[in-house]
Amino acid sequence: MTVQGHKTYSEATIWEALKEVMDPEIPVLSLVDLGVVREVKVTDAGVTVVMTPTFAGCPALEVMRRQVEEKLREMAAPNPKVEMVLEPAWTSDCITPEGRRKLESFGLAPPPVHGGDLAIMLNPVVRCPYCGSLQTRVTNTFGSTLCRAIYYCDGCQQAFEQFKPL
Amino acid sequence: MTTATTPTTTTTLDTELLQALVDRLLAMADDEVILGHRDAEWTGHAPILEEDIAMANLAQDEIGHALIWYQLIEDLTGQDPDQMVYFRDAPAYRNVQMVELPKGDWAFTMLRQYLFDLYERLLLDRLLTSAYRPLADAAAKIRREEIYHYRHTSTWVERLALGTDESHRRMQAALDRLWPFAAQLFVPLSGDAALLAAGFFPAMDELRAAWQEAVHSFLTNMNLTLPQTRPVTAERDQHTHWLPILLGEMQMVARIEPDAAW
Repeated sequence: MTVQGHKTYSEATIWEALKEVMDPEIPVLSLVDLGVVREVKVTDAGVTVVMTPTFAGCPALEVMRRQVEEKLREMAAPNPKVEMVLEPAWTSDCITPEGRRKLESFGLAPPPVHGGDLAIMLNPVVRCPYCGSLQTRVTNTFGSTLCRAIYYCDGCQQAFEQFKPL
Repeated sequence: MTTATTPTTTTTLDTELLQALVDRLLAMADDEVILGHRDAEWTGHAPILEEDIAMANLAQDEIGHALIWYQLIEDLTGQDPDQMVYFRDAPAYRNVQMVELPKGDWAFTMLRQYLFDLYERLLLDRLLTSAYRPLADAAAKIRREEIYHYRHTSTWVERLALGTDESHRRMQAALDRLWPFAAQLFVPLSGDAALLAAGFFPAMDELRAAWQEAVHSFLTNMNLTLPQTRPVTAERDQHTHWLPILLGEMQMVARIEPDAAW
């Protein structure tokens, strides 16, 4: 669908543009990679982006919301809106395969795909993003942000962070 | 705290049910925001760096969960979450006394968090099937985060209770102090029957029984003795003198500049 007036906007253009909006705490990861953009609606009434929070207390949420609004304004999208929904709840499984690759290259071990299985979620096998060793152990399930846990790699003897499965 | 959620269901609620729902949501929100504040007091003071980080995370999570509950109230009544948190005085708060007590030592902090986390986890499990859809959605969202809390705090309770003589003594002292207060989590509110009838909230009796069973077996396995003290049965509008002191600190900045944009 397109909007009459200034320019034409398809849902695909908006999705493309959102790939340039980065997670403020993980600057290599876009909001699309992170899986927090649920829906883009282009109607006669304007452009609405539907988003969902990662961790409920994440302070980056407000920043992401503002960045999306800014991006929509920058594109001169008509009547831009950001809507927040909780359902279906975001889980770390929502991170795209592309997002997982970017996390690893950034030095953050990606979360395992757990499909809701708590055994996998709570006791994952984690590969060191620096040397690829599986000889790693968790040193703290809480880290520098709500979405990170701290690990230690016995292979290369370095501490690293994991994007925490949720 | 400015993010608005969109209600996923527009239900027409009669006045009595609406009030009952708001009362319960406020109890949940206030419990979490006050506990979150107490947790945050450990920032920079925890016994080891890892725990300093963990407590800051726990605090941030609890405050985030409080925000979700306040937003559900906002969807129903239009009240602004910031106004509710920063501009209500102690008598208007509906948290249990347990969460307003000073942070105490590490054993006290871990045990309080454990007792609360277990209650919250059991409550959220039951809210997954709430007939009030926004509540079920929020429970699904929060529940996974709480799994991390519960694992962390139950491990610490175990470690301290079965650790040294001193850590055991401190954990027992924390239990003696907290046990009567924990009972207040299950004191019914006047609208509970309406909420139960509507399928919005679980029966508090059943929740209490499930909590007691889990707590009893866990703590007695840790060689801890459950005290025979009289439970606190005060209504949620009754507070200790610690709450106004806590609010004085928590609300000070917001009240100095009520119109400031953050």
